Amino acid sequence: MENTNQALGLLFQFYQSLLVVLLAPLLTGWVNQCRAWLQNRSGPGLLQPYRTLRKLFHKDAVMAFNASPLFRATPYILFGCMWLAAAIIPIIAVNLPFSPAADVIALVGVFALARVFIALAAMDIGTAFGTLGARREMLVSFLAEPALLMVLFTASLISHSTQLPRIVEALALQQFVLYPSLAFAGLAFVIVLLAENARIPVDNPGTHLELTMIHEAMILEYSARHLALVEWASSLKLFAYISIGIALFVPYGIADVGNWGALPLAIVALLVKLALAGAALALLETLLAKMRIFRAPEFMGTAFLLAVLGLLIHFLLGA
Amino acid sequence: MDIVGVLPLDAAGALVVLWLVLGLLGLAMQHRPHIITNVIFPVGAFVSLAVAATGLWALGEVASVATLPLGLPDLPFHLRLDPLSALFLILLGGASFGVSLFSAGYFKSMQGDTLGLLCLEYHLFLASMALVLLADDAYMFMVAWETMALSSYFLVTTDHHVPDIRKAGYLYLLVAHVGAIAILLGFGVMQGGHGIGAYTFAAMREAHLSAFWSSVVFLLALFGFGAKAGLLPLHVWLPEAHPAAPSPVSALMSGIMLKTAIYGILRVTFDLLDTQLWWWGVLALALGLITAIFGVMFAAVQVDMKRLLAYSSIENIGLLLVGIGLTIIFHAYDKDALAALSLTATLYHSLNHAVFKSLLFIGTGSILHSTGERNMGRMGGLIHDMPWVAALMLVGVLSISGLPPFNGFVSEWLLLQAFLLSPGLPNSYINMLIPVAAAVIALAAALAAYVMVKFYGIIFLGQPRGEARNPPHDAGIWKRIGMGWLALGCVTLGLAPVFVVQQLDHVTQMLVGRGLGNAAAGWLFLAPVDIERASYSPVYFLLAVVGVMLLTALVVHRYYHGRLRRGPAWDCGFPAQTSRMQDTAEGFGQPIRRIFEPFFRIESELPSPFDTHPRYHGRSDDRIWFALYLPIKHLTEKLSSLASLLQHGRIHLYLSYTFVTLVVLLAFV
Repeated sequence: MENTNQALGLLFQFYQSLLVVLLAPLLTGWVNQCRAWLQNRSGPGLLQPYRTLRKLFHKDAVMAFNASPLFRATPYILFGCMWLAAAIIPIIAVNLPFSPAADVIALVGVFALARVFIALAAMDIGTAFGTLGARREMLVSFLAEPALLMVLFTASLISHSTQLPRIVEALALQQFVLYPSLAFAGLAFVIVLLAENARIPVDNPGTHLELTMIHEAMILEYSARHLALVEWASSLKLFAYISIGIALFVPYGIADVGNWGALPLAIVALLVKLALAGAALALLETLLAKMRIFRAPEFMGTAFLLAVLGLLIHFLLGA
Repeated sequence: MDIVGVLPLDAAGALVVLWLVLGLLGLAMQHRPHIITNVIFPVGAFVSLAVAATGLWALGEVASVATLPLGLPDLPFHLRLDPLSALFLILLGGASFGVSLFSAGYFKSMQGDTLGLLCLEYHLFLASMALVLLADDAYMFMVAWETMALSSYFLVTTDHHVPDIRKAGYLYLLVAHVGAIAILLGFGVMQGGHGIGAYTFAAMREAHLSAFWSSVVFLLALFGFGAKAGLLPLHVWLPEAHPAAPSPVSALMSGIMLKTAIYGILRVTFDLLDTQLWWWGVLALALGLITAIFGVMFAAVQVDMKRLLAYSSIENIGLLLVGIGLTIIFHAYDKDALAALSLTATLYHSLNHAVFKSLLFIGTGSILHSTGERNMGRMGGLIHDMPWVAALMLVGVLSISGLPPFNGFVSEWLLLQAFLLSPGLPNSYINMLIPVAAAVIALAAALAAYVMVKFYGIIFLGQPRGEARNPPHDAGIWKRIGMGWLALGCVTLGLAPVFVVQQLDHVTQMLVGRGLGNAAAGWLFLAPVDIERASYSPVYFLLAVVGVMLLTALVVHRYYHGRLRRGPAWDCGFPAQTSRMQDTAEGFGQPIRRIFEPFFRIESELPSPFDTHPRYHGRSDDRIWFALYLPIKHLTEKLSSLASLLQHGRIHLYLSYTFVTLVVLLAFV
């Protein structure tokens, strides 16, 4: 029984890893398509990210003369970290076998690891935009990262565990309770999601306007397969963040390991939730305007304070 | 384990003597500098390794004591090696092994007579730190403590012909002595007027102080050891003394000497005092949080690479103090499992900081030797000239940023777990303080990553900013081995936390009466309480990340192609690019300076747009220096000028003072 459970767990883990890596560009395509519709454009279609990736993989890579091995290794590190992050978040089933190896703090650590590498790679060539992007990225994240940690802490205090499957189990499979602390955490999480994924109002994924860009400035020097991996990693990151949001705030419908009957339902539920979240993100991006770079720390500071407030409320009210 | 009647303490004592002998030998050999660097420093390094091994041996043993026939007539020197001392001996030996090997390469270019003296001071410094850890009476402790302060003072002022370095050394000596007075007073209170025999630590453990006097002792210890550790507002010497000292000495001071202060606080609070009050913990926690945020904020705006690391040390000391504060709170409320957890996090972080900060400091030594520069604003692109140093420093940078699977992450993880498991204390104010404290810790950790991206990015990446004084060259073989050892330490402490935590259990058993016991989670999973509540496995983590990376690289190269062309940088198509368009060290810190503006004392001069030779000048200073230290300095100067009214240096005046005194006395008596 123990062995079959473990084998099943491994199978689940394998399928989820495969699913996220293949599905992530689709989510990005969906968000872009929704945005186009909302802005009265026809849009490039849902499959455009796949076509872009295919094109990039076929091209010859061009790299600056003074690029170091760090620059070359970073796309792989980035992709690996983001894939890992997206694969360990329980979205279709709890009890994934890899989850005891990395809990929520480690999950934040994975994001931090990827961020430090991309920031270093951005500084590697030594261009004006690269260092500018690295500095801004670190500026946004030094407030976003603790905010995310506080959001996750609120959830783990409610569920008495820092392991993601336990958190999801506690939130999804028990009686429906409204937690005031999670409301604050949810608000903070939305802000963190926008900032960490280079979305409006903090950054604009569709721009190459020099003075406003953050994420795009960091990856200017990448081309071909390296750029493809970086872009794919960005899709995975968005997927991972939306998954965290689903896992923490709307985990209903998730399947337990070995419960094959619940699996199709879980997958359908996940797809619906992802589609709704993507549409909501597009709507948010259409409604908001990009803010000045020095307003961003205030925005992130709000998220941080909201998250701390959520945590405080949990300590005071116990809910 | 008993090897023919030899106790770990005997071995430790013999090794300390060996260090002293090596130092004297170095002084005698000052006319043959190559023997000092190629023989004495490496042999000293292996003595360090033996010290670490002795510590490891003693960790699981019962405490051994000895009395030396030296010292005061009624108070001979007492020595004791218990698990707490043993752990810090491991820290001392392990970190100084790497630093001493590095020194063998670093001091090669030094003049013979300076080198001989330096060799003596260096080994005396190591020996005195070991004696601080072994001392078992107040007299022995103070003698070792002062020897440590003095030998490090002379090491800091190795380049004493530079006025700034003399000034930095003086400031260091001053703060060290103010702290030493507080420690001495603390011992005096614990001795409680019971005669000279009561100055032994054994007697202090037996004495039961009232809550008031215990608190006095704790506050004196916090002040005294805090001055050595760089606790706010006693931190001012640290960013001055660390850059002034030769890099291996900075590494020893930052990596190891600051930890002796942590050792002192732990020794006094948990071993010598028998009660702990909860508010001590709150005080330590609050001071630690302020120190951590202050340190990392100032690190972000530094231009000098060694000053940046010095401020980062202040941050880490703050984190250690937070751990100690948390331990005191939990212990005072009898939550021993949590006290053991936070103490484990503190001890783990002490080990980690010793390893990665020593690595980073000796790394800056390599850069300094290679480029002759300490200002990061004149570096850049060193990864191409110094690949070894760049690779090993990357390990240190990732570790200090608290990134998995390196060692900094483990202690951060343990500390955050302690916060997460803590609700349910019977004091609602503390319950409110704890989430705020966790948030501040997370903020400090994220800012540390900012600082380290700046540090590594500006120094090693990009293009060279301006002409280097001499063409940079990579580190020599001794330096590489020294740095490699410490980098290996970062990786090992990161990947084998379960083993380390098991060893730390001996210490937590001794101090808070309970070990963490890894909850039977097996050797792969670190699970401080229960594997259902929290667990972390760095080995699996590393395997997963590396596995996914390799798989991706394989698939991409197999199914597509590995073709690569080199060309000029694109940079959005701008044609004219110079290396001066990169961020400088100052530019990278500018957002932090802007966000935390009220905390800095900023002087800056912006050129007018019509200036033909525009020059930008900016400076960010520490407000505490101007608000606290300068008034004290002015007061001291005023008082001494008042005293000089009496003091003219003329002998007949002094004779007349004597005469007047005599007359007055005769008139009264």
